[in-house]
Amino acid sequence: MVTNHETAHMVDHEAEANDRVMFGFWVYLMTDLLMFAVLFAVYAVLHGKTLGGESGRELFSLPLALTGTLILLTSSFTCGIGMIAARGGKKNLTLLWFGVTFILGLAFLGLELYEFTELIHEGHTLRSNAFLSSFFVLVGTHGLHITSGLLWMAITLVYVIRRGLNSHLVRKLALLSLFWHFLDIVWIFIFTIVYLKAFV
Amino acid sequence: MKELLLGKLDGNALPHEWFTIAGSISFILLVIITALIITRLKRWKWLWNDWLTSVDPKKIGIMYFFVSGFMLIRGGLDAIMLWLQQALSSGSSQGYLSADHYQQIFTAHGNIMVFFVAMGFIFGLINYIVPLQIGARDLASPFLNTLGFWLFVAGVVMVNMFFLFGGEYAATGWLAVAPLSGKEFSPGVGVDYWIWSLQISGIGTTLGAINFIMTILKMRAPGMTLWKMPMFTWGSLCSMIMAVTVFPLLTATLFLVFFDRYLGTHFFTTLGGGDPMMYTNLIWMWGHPEVYILMLPAFGVFSEVVSTFSRKAIASYTSNVLGMIGVSVLALSVWLHHFFTMGAGANVNAFFGVMTMIIAIPTSVLVFTWIATMYKGRIRFDTPMLWFLGFVVIFAIGGIAGVMLAVPPVDFQLHNSLFLVAHFHSMVIGGVLFGIFCAITYWFPKFTGLKLNERIGRYAFWCWMIGFCMSFIPMYILGMLGATRRLDHYDASTGWQPFFVLMLIGGIIIAIGVALQLAQILASFIQKNRLRDTTGDPWNGRTLEWATASPPQFYNFTVIPHITTRDAFWEKKHHKLPKPAYEDIHMPKNTAAGIYISIFAFLVGFGFVWEIIWLVAVSIIGIIVVFVVRGFNEHPEYTITAAEVQQLEETRARKDLAVSRPEKHDDTDEDMGLWQLIGIVFGFAKDVIRNKRWRKW
Ligand code: HEM
Ligand SMILES: [Cu+2]
Repeated sequence: MVTNHETAHMVDHEAEANDRVMFGFWVYLMTDLLMFAVLFAVYAVLHGKTLGGESGRELFSLPLALTGTLILLTSSFTCGIGMIAARGGKKNLTLLWFGVTFILGLAFLGLELYEFTELIHEGHTLRSNAFLSSFFVLVGTHGLHITSGLLWMAITLVYVIRRGLNSHLVRKLALLSLFWHFLDIVWIFIFTIVYLKAFV
Repeated sequence: MKELLLGKLDGNALPHEWFTIAGSISFILLVIITALIITRLKRWKWLWNDWLTSVDPKKIGIMYFFVSGFMLIRGGLDAIMLWLQQALSSGSSQGYLSADHYQQIFTAHGNIMVFFVAMGFIFGLINYIVPLQIGARDLASPFLNTLGFWLFVAGVVMVNMFFLFGGEYAATGWLAVAPLSGKEFSPGVGVDYWIWSLQISGIGTTLGAINFIMTILKMRAPGMTLWKMPMFTWGSLCSMIMAVTVFPLLTATLFLVFFDRYLGTHFFTTLGGGDPMMYTNLIWMWGHPEVYILMLPAFGVFSEVVSTFSRKAIASYTSNVLGMIGVSVLALSVWLHHFFTMGAGANVNAFFGVMTMIIAIPTSVLVFTWIATMYKGRIRFDTPMLWFLGFVVIFAIGGIAGVMLAVPPVDFQLHNSLFLVAHFHSMVIGGVLFGIFCAITYWFPKFTGLKLNERIGRYAFWCWMIGFCMSFIPMYILGMLGATRRLDHYDASTGWQPFFVLMLIGGIIIAIGVALQLAQILASFIQKNRLRDTTGDPWNGRTLEWATASPPQFYNFTVIPHITTRDAFWEKKHHKLPKPAYEDIHMPKNTAAGIYISIFAFLVGFGFVWEIIWLVAVSIIGIIVVFVVRGFNEHPEYTITAAEVQQLEETRARKDLAVSRPEKHDDTDEDMGLWQLIGIVFGFAKDVIRNKRWRKW
């Protein structure tokens, strides 16, 4: 038989573990941010090194980037709503909103791939010059993060369908949504520093 | 087809030079012999269940010591080879190594010593000691901890892999300066091995550091505020915070080098608009803090040791801790002193020069707190204290040399000379390595339940000390005479040869020191009855780790202590404790997930080195699968009930009682000496041979 005292003990134990994991994940996000910081710094140093080739102003399409940005921002919003549903224990709503988030993320990724393939078809590859190297690597790294976020989301949702919204999975979703918002913030910097700045 | 299956790998990659053949044979033999012994003793299950898959930070700590100790010998052999070449290769003699081979050796030496010896030992220590010092039962994430350890092991294997496949390591220096490390100037696989060895172990370091920050900040025993934390824990916390700050920079930079080599990007190339100087900046932004990541836990060790062996609280805890924090913060803003000569301009150089000199201030504060602790203390000169005293002397010399190098005009003369090499070896050997040895002698009773043999320990210490001075004081002088670093040949008219010969002799004395340390451990186990520590507190310690048994139960503390003061254990010793009320303990289950992920990570690296794309793809999928299986496992813990705890405690108490019955001591007062040890070893060998005891095997 489980006494009251014991359950209280277990709950404490779990709350502590949650608190620790959340904190650790924040620290991890900071390390990831520092990696992006390096890529931003590298872009700042190299973005002028086009070797006479076209610069960002000629290569980038602002409407495309803006659409991507809006899609990602919306996905952050839907992800937030999904999290509220998850905290409230509403399984179907959670699946719905995270599903929407997933589709928006996929759309963002699609746009990015489209942009990349267009550039590559026109002969602007990451070997062309230092500017393009740093552009592709910075934006591509973000894209890779989005991809792993999507993978994580898909797997977690499958588990939610199978196991229901238990505390373990809610914690997973909470971490995931942190990650997603983090990627959103990084993207805002990319949008400003890479795309907007190319046109000022 | 072959390209698809094996990438660039072909028959030429197999060992065919004397050093790769020798290296391969010794590694393969080592593996075979170990496997045979384990099979013979029927210990595979035990090894797998009790050690390899363990998540107990104490066991992981010990495993770190094993790997790093082994790597110390491996890197030490490199050092002797370098010194031998320098001693021989003057004038018309070219020595016995080709220039290219010589370059590979010093590169491997540097990588191994920094990443796999110093880092490994430091992580081992933090693993073992920090949870005990803060009154925790395990780490915040036991899984990240095994993962970090096994990624470290994967890095170790990777750095030695070139013996078997490829036959060449990077010939670029331990930080692989650009553009030399680019495909254009280093077309072979050496640099690729370098990249992946550091990349994999570096990611392990980041994960480990995150874990220790979580543990120290979130899992201290009730009542232990930050300002009551033991000093080693403080040093470790500073070090780990620095690690999460700068290791991501290393990871990103290594990826960029990899892209340059593999995808043909232009980050650090000379062509295509790349900027090699940016590489220098990025790598030193990580590289300088890295040396302090190693140093700070060692500072913590010395603070503990000097206070214990002076039988006095540390002179000023606050200044000590503030000193460590000061060093960590400043260390993030001095990286440019490694390339004053690159031409950043006078003002930039002046700024970084001054910042570097300022670091000497918190460092001196630390040294002064140690000296003040000894003042009027009742000092005991056991071996940990000897290591500490040796450290103070060498560290002061190295520090003064560092401040000289921090003056840009002086550095223009001394940069990349042997003076610099002498500086950083004073810091890394005299500081970090002596710190590690000090820690191991100090905490050995905690690790094993035995004190280390003091007599042979003293011999080992003096070999290190004398050997160090003999090899590095001439190096300072040579540097000022103009000898550059990484020199594989010099003109006879320079008259440097006697210095180099002296350095070689010093190196051999250090090697004897290492042999003596191994002998010391052996002798301690032979005399285990005499050296056994049944109290858990052999040095009259002050901090919480001494409140546990030696070695501690796997759950560390039967009852989590409540902390009211600094030097928690010291205070507690003078009060009788009430009988503990046992409670349920939650412990993490063992897991092999870290091992699997590391194997796959290794294969990703290996696949990239040889351009075997399917291997990379398969391994990445493998990593993801293991992560998912592990991540969605909802029961990574098990519970030991209060009754079981009580039983475990009682058995242990009974066992302790049994061994603590006074043994008949040998007549000598001192621990076993060297001759006696040699006698015993020979006697044993004779017995084996005479009675044909190997037949039984
Ligand atoms: C008072 C504190 C220190 C000062 C002022 C100082 C200063 C310097 C300077 C100016 C250099 C660059 C010289 C050159 O390349 O020309 C240097 C190199 C170096 N220092 Fe220090 N240092 C200090 C402490 C340390 C410590 C504590 C460590 C290690 C634990 C260390 C390890 C190194 C290493 C490894 C290098 C050179 C690496 C290379 O070029 O390959 N230093 N130091
Ligand atoms: Cu430095």
